Amino acid sequence: MASARTVQLVYLARLRERFGKSGESYELPEHVNSVAALMRELASRGDAWAHELAPGRAFRVAVNHAVAHPDTPVAPGDEVAIFPPVTGG
Amino acid sequence: MAVRVQHEDFDIARETAALRANDPRVGAVALFVGTVRELNDARAVTTMTLEHYPGMTEKALEAIVAEARERWDIYDALVIHRVGELKPMDQIVLVAITSAHRGEAFAACQFIMDYLKTRAPFWKKEQTPQGARWVDARASDDEAAQRWASER
Repeated sequence: MASARTVQLVYLARLRERFGKSGESYELPEHVNSVAALMRELASRGDAWAHELAPGRAFRVAVNHAVAHPDTPVAPGDEVAIFPPVTGG
Repeated sequence: MAVRVQHEDFDIARETAALRANDPRVGAVALFVGTVRELNDARAVTTMTLEHYPGMTEKALEAIVAEARERWDIYDALVIHRVGELKPMDQIVLVAITSAHRGEAFAACQFIMDYLKTRAPFWKKEQTPQGARWVDARASDDEAAQRWASER
């Protein structure tokens, strides 16, 4: 049962393999309201999270299917995807 | 205007015919087709797997096409991008544009490809005799997309 502060996290491509899952329901801490804050929170898990989401690492974030920036707001109910720079075409 | 993400191959002749059917204003059709190379960064590619982010991909492609339509006077646009497992020489992507004259069609076609390379959520993983590897994004792709921002 999803609580009122749940966001859906999605991991794609190389980051899905590094994190060992394609996504998860995540309980958004009260103080986390932006992409940058969420990335810091996830990086604090350590291991692959700390390594891949460290400042300066090349990764991209989308909130509700739109490209996001560090100051993009994140709110309960959002879908937040984390992925490597794209390589299609 | 249409964007499609699909596993199946596409028929360039059929897609082009459909795009300009019943539109006698069209005097130019520009096409770009991207294909799988047998060699990438000096390693043989046996298969390539293309992954995408369902839900975002179509939106991202539609936004790119909409921006092209704002910048150039084109009649119609089609983007097809394949996903799943591909082999060397397979077709990956088709961008087709119709317009009255070639200049607009060429420019819109190149713009859409340059933006697709840096904004559409697709990822390539190559299987090589030395093992599997995710393809790295190229700085030259960012520069190609950036060029359009400065030309605006």
